[in-house]
Amino acid sequence: MTSVTQEAPSTDDAPPPMPADSWRTRLRDPGSWAEWAAPVGFVVMVLIFQALNTTFLSLGNVEAMLAASAILIVLAVGQTFAVSTGGIDLSVASNMTFSAIIFGTVFGSGAPVGFAFLGALVAGTAFGLLQGVLIGRGKITDFIVTLGGFSVASGLALVVSDGQPTTVIDRFVLEFATGSVWIIGYPVIVAFLVAAVAHVLLFHTKFGTHVLAAGGSEEAATATGISVARVKTAVHTISGVCAGIAGAMLVARIGAAEPAANTQFLLNCVAAVVLGGVALVGGRATIIGPLFGALLLTGLTNGLTLVGVSQYYQPVAVGCVVVAAAFLSRYQK
Amino acid sequence: MTQQTQTPGTSASGADDVLVRVSNLSLSFGNVRALRDVDVTLRRGEITAIVGDNGAGKSTLVRCISGVHTADEGTIEIDGEKVAFKTPEEARKAGIETVHQNLALVEDLTVWQNLFLNREITRGFGPLRVLDRGRMKRAAEEMVSSLSVNVPAVTSKVRRLSGGQRQAVSICRAAGFSDGLVIMDEPTAALGVQETARVEELIQRLRADGHAVLLISHNFDQVMRLSDQVWVMRAGRCVAGRRTAATTGEEIVALITGAQAA
Ligand SMILES: Nc1ncnc2c1ncn2[C@@H]1O[C@H](COP(=O)(O)OP(=O)(O)O)[C@@H](O)[C@H]1O
Ligand SMILES: [Mg+2]
Repeated sequence: MTSVTQEAPSTDDAPPPMPADSWRTRLRDPGSWAEWAAPVGFVVMVLIFQALNTTFLSLGNVEAMLAASAILIVLAVGQTFAVSTGGIDLSVASNMTFSAIIFGTVFGSGAPVGFAFLGALVAGTAFGLLQGVLIGRGKITDFIVTLGGFSVASGLALVVSDGQPTTVIDRFVLEFATGSVWIIGYPVIVAFLVAAVAHVLLFHTKFGTHVLAAGGSEEAATATGISVARVKTAVHTISGVCAGIAGAMLVARIGAAEPAANTQFLLNCVAAVVLGGVALVGGRATIIGPLFGALLLTGLTNGLTLVGVSQYYQPVAVGCVVVAAAFLSRYQK
Repeated sequence: MTQQTQTPGTSASGADDVLVRVSNLSLSFGNVRALRDVDVTLRRGEITAIVGDNGAGKSTLVRCISGVHTADEGTIEIDGEKVAFKTPEEARKAGIETVHQNLALVEDLTVWQNLFLNREITRGFGPLRVLDRGRMKRAAEEMVSSLSVNVPAVTSKVRRLSGGQRQAVSICRAAGFSDGLVIMDEPTAALGVQETARVEELIQRLRADGHAVLLISHNFDQVMRLSDQVWVMRAGRCVAGRRTAATTGEEIVALITGAQAA
C-alpha cells in the first residue's frame, strides 16, 4: 500500500510510472510484502475463517466486526502520526479513557450532549498538545513522556470520576451507537471519515510531507527549514484529537463513561500500525495500512471466538500476528 | 592575520561585487574550537573555493553562512548588511542555498518531494490548501532536465538512487531555488568522471548567471580549474587567500599543510 498510495493519487497528470516501481519488482522485494501485510493477511484470514465457519461473512457478523473495530481504527490513525515521526504514543488508550470520563462528567452536570462531546474532544486534544510540547519543545523522548502520560491520564480519569462510572442515557447517543447505513454503523462511518481526513492530511498537505520528512531524516528536514519540534508537537496533538473522538465513541458504545484501564486498546492500536506496514523508525506510513490492521485484529478475535477457540488464546494469536508482521518489516527498505 | 590585506581585487571596483563578507567568525563545540577569527569574502559572479585538511573547519564555516550554526563571535554581512541567521530557513529566504555534505535528502520521499521540500506548491484557500502534486512533478522534471542530470524519474524514491544521482538531486534543488549564493560542500566527492564533468559545467553556468558559488573541494585540479578565488583553512583558521590565477597547486598544498606560511 505504502508507496502506491503515496504516488498514485494524481497519476492522471503524472508521468508514466518508472520501471523501477513496477509491480514485478515489488513482488520480488520482501519489503513490499511487509507493506502489504495487513491487506494480504486480512484476505487470508477472511478466507480461512469463512471456510471454517460460514457465518463469519454473514451480514450480521460483518456488521458486528465493523462496529467492534471503529474505535480501534480512530486510535490507530492517531498512533500512525506519532509513529510516522519515528515516535510512539503510549498514552492514547488512557487519554481516550480520560476523554470519556470528561464526556460523562459534562453530561452528568446536565449539559447537552453536544457539550459533552466537545468536552471529550478538548480534553483529548489538550492532553495530546501538552505531551507534544514536552516532546517537541522540551526535547524529552516521546517514550518517556507518553509513558508518564499513560499513567497521568489513567489517574486523572479516576480522580475526576472518583472511580465511579457515569451512565449516559441520551436519545442522540443511543441513535449514534445503534444506527447504521445498511451494515455500516454510524461509529464506523465516523472512523472511516477520520481515516479519510488523516489520509488527505498525510499525503496531500505540506504538513503531511513535513511529518514524513521529519520521520525519514530529521537532519534533512532541519536543513530545509522544517521545524521538527513543531512537527512532533503537532503529531501528538493529532493523536490526542483521535483519543478524544475515540473517548466519545467509547461512551456511546458502552452507554457509560467508565474509568477502566482499556490497555488492550493501546496494544491493539500499536499492533494495527505495525501490521499496517508503518515503519517504526519513521518516514514511511499509510493510513489505509493501519486501517486494515485494525480490521484484521478485530476480525481475528471475532473469528477465533466463532470457531470456538478459547478466548484465552486470543491475546496469544494477536501477539503472534504482530510479531510476524514486525519480522516481515525487517526486510522493508 | 594578514589575509585581509591579501584579499585580491582590493581595487576600487572590486569592493562592490562582494556578496558575503565574513569577519572574525569564531565557533566552538565544547572544547573543540572549530572556527577561530575567520575572515573570508565571496564575490558575485565568482566561484570561491575553500580548501583545507579534514577537520580544518570548512563545513562548520559553511554551516554558519547557511544558518545551521550560529557563530559565537564575529559577523556575516550580505550585501553590506549584517545578518545573524538563526535557522537555515532564514538563510534560504536571503537567497542562500546549500548542498550539504550529507545532501539533506529524505530517502523515503520521491525526487520531486525532495526538490520541493518545505517549498511545496499548494492550491486552494486558507486552511484548505492541498499540495499541487502535478505542478510540482512537472516543475521537478524541468529542474532535472535543465541540468541534464541523470535521474531515472522524479517520481522515484531517493532511496533507489545511486550516490551520484542523489548528489545531482541535491545540487538541482540548490540551483533551482538559489538567488545569490549557492554553497556546495564537496559536491563531486561521490561522483563518477562523467557526472563530475556535468556538475562542473553546472557550477560554471551558475557563475555565468551571476551567482556567487562557494565550493568546498578536496580535488585540487578541480579547484584550479573552476575557482576564481581560493581560501585556505587550517585548524579552524583561515590562513591564506589567493587569486586562483596567481597561484599554483603546489603553493596551495604548502599552505594547507603549513609548509608555507601565509
Ligand atoms: N556538530 C559538531 N559537534 C562537535 N564538533 C564538531 C561538530 N561539527 C564539527 N565539529 C568539529 O569541528 C572541527 C571542524 O569540523 P568540520 O568543519 O567538519 O571540518 P572539515 O569540513 O574542514 O573537514 C572538527 O574537529 C570536528 O570534529
Ligand atoms: Mg567537511
